[in-house]
Amino acid sequence: MKTISSLLNEDWYNRYKRISKLNIRSSIYDVNNRCNLRCKGCFFFSSDEDKVADEERDLTRWEAFIDKEKARGVNLAILIGGEPSLSLDRVDAFYQRIPTFCATNGLIKVPRDRFPDLMVGISLWGTEEDEIQLRGRDTFAISSKNYAGDAYTYYLYTITPRQIGKTEGIVRKIRDIGVKVHMQLLSNDEDVDGFSWQPEELIDIRAEMDDMLDRYPDTVISSKYYHKIITTGKMLGRPFGWNECPSVTESFDNRDPQPKRLIHFVRWASDLTTTHRCCTSETRDCRTCKDGAAHMSWVMVNKRAHMRSAEDFQNWIEVYEMFAKLYRFIPW
Amino acid sequence: MTNKIDGDAIIRRVAEVMINELKLEDVTPETFDADVDLIDEIGIDSMDLATVALVLQDEYAIHIDEDDYPKLTTIRLIADYVGQRIK
Ligand code: SF4
Ligand code: SF4
Repeated sequence: MKTISSLLNEDWYNRYKRISKLNIRSSIYDVNNRCNLRCKGCFFFSSDEDKVADEERDLTRWEAFIDKEKARGVNLAILIGGEPSLSLDRVDAFYQRIPTFCATNGLIKVPRDRFPDLMVGISLWGTEEDEIQLRGRDTFAISSKNYAGDAYTYYLYTITPRQIGKTEGIVRKIRDIGVKVHMQLLSNDEDVDGFSWQPEELIDIRAEMDDMLDRYPDTVISSKYYHKIITTGKMLGRPFGWNECPSVTESFDNRDPQPKRLIHFVRWASDLTTTHRCCTSETRDCRTCKDGAAHMSWVMVNKRAHMRSAEDFQNWIEVYEMFAKLYRFIPW
Repeated sequence: MTNKIDGDAIIRRVAEVMINELKLEDVTPETFDADVDLIDEIGIDSMDLATVALVLQDEYAIHIDEDDYPKLTTIRLIADYVGQRIK
């Protein structure tokens, strides 16, 4: 019988043991339905997810809800929105109870005296030009001042096809302010002209992402296997999509056979009752989905499938470590 | 507490369920080391454990609490857990 210790050398096996029992159980929470931006291609607003539920405004109800989430085993609360920084009391309610990650556009600084070690992921959609075209303003000019040198912050750099050949400039400016960066690909939910991925562009961007990881290993939090999966949409020869997606809300999951999935994963709307189909847009076509977290989780839940060879399993370890770093389960 | 014979039978059955449900290769209920760490060595995760637990719950008419999964790291520990709950 194949065992993991027989597959790996001592270093890799020790790396594996560092993460093997983390048992991460995440769910995602819309903290509110508002944002101080309206980006073209924002999955939340483009699929009208802001309209499906009225925000719960009573903080005590949020607290009771979070306690129930903790009791059902959630040990990673991923806060999205809208824009969580517009509702810091709700963020605090999570932060006091469960390991928490907060996604933000970075325009409002999450105060560090109140949230000293809250992991913050700042969205960034490219160069100044792209940011202005897609998001209406150059957010980096503000977020970089708010978060320069912050040890618990990283940029979640959403790469668009227009970014090919330009990623190094972005990675360097993030490095220069002393923050980490993780890369993902735009899914272009609003069909903005010129922002949908073509096959040859995906090949080019994969090579560029690999190059960034090689050249800026202290800044880029990523893995080449993740780059391969997200640009090809394939893992171990299997295509990504609805039949394989791990990030489907449990009550929506009527798939038969059931694929490996995130246990008890739910994405909650801000009324604390309504749930969304999955971790991203309700209306997105799964065949074109490039959601980074869903692809990472896809690898992570398919652990034993990666026990085919040492190389496959090392790839699995690197993706799991990447996730664990991004959500503060292990240090950078 | 179950006696030794029952205990061995449960160990064998847990191994069999695990092999069948998780399609484990190159191992039989007889050769499955009851003390091998299922997570660190076989790569079992909590969804795998939930799959196995469902079958064992039905078969032995017991409840396996999800909060106890982290403790169930070997076939022997699972069999002991089951044995303690059989009425
Ligand atoms: S900052 Fe985020 S939530 Fe706000 S509009 Fe842009 S993508 Fe949507
Ligand atoms: S849109 Fe993406 S994340 Fe959502 S169910 Fe489809 S594949 Fe999964």
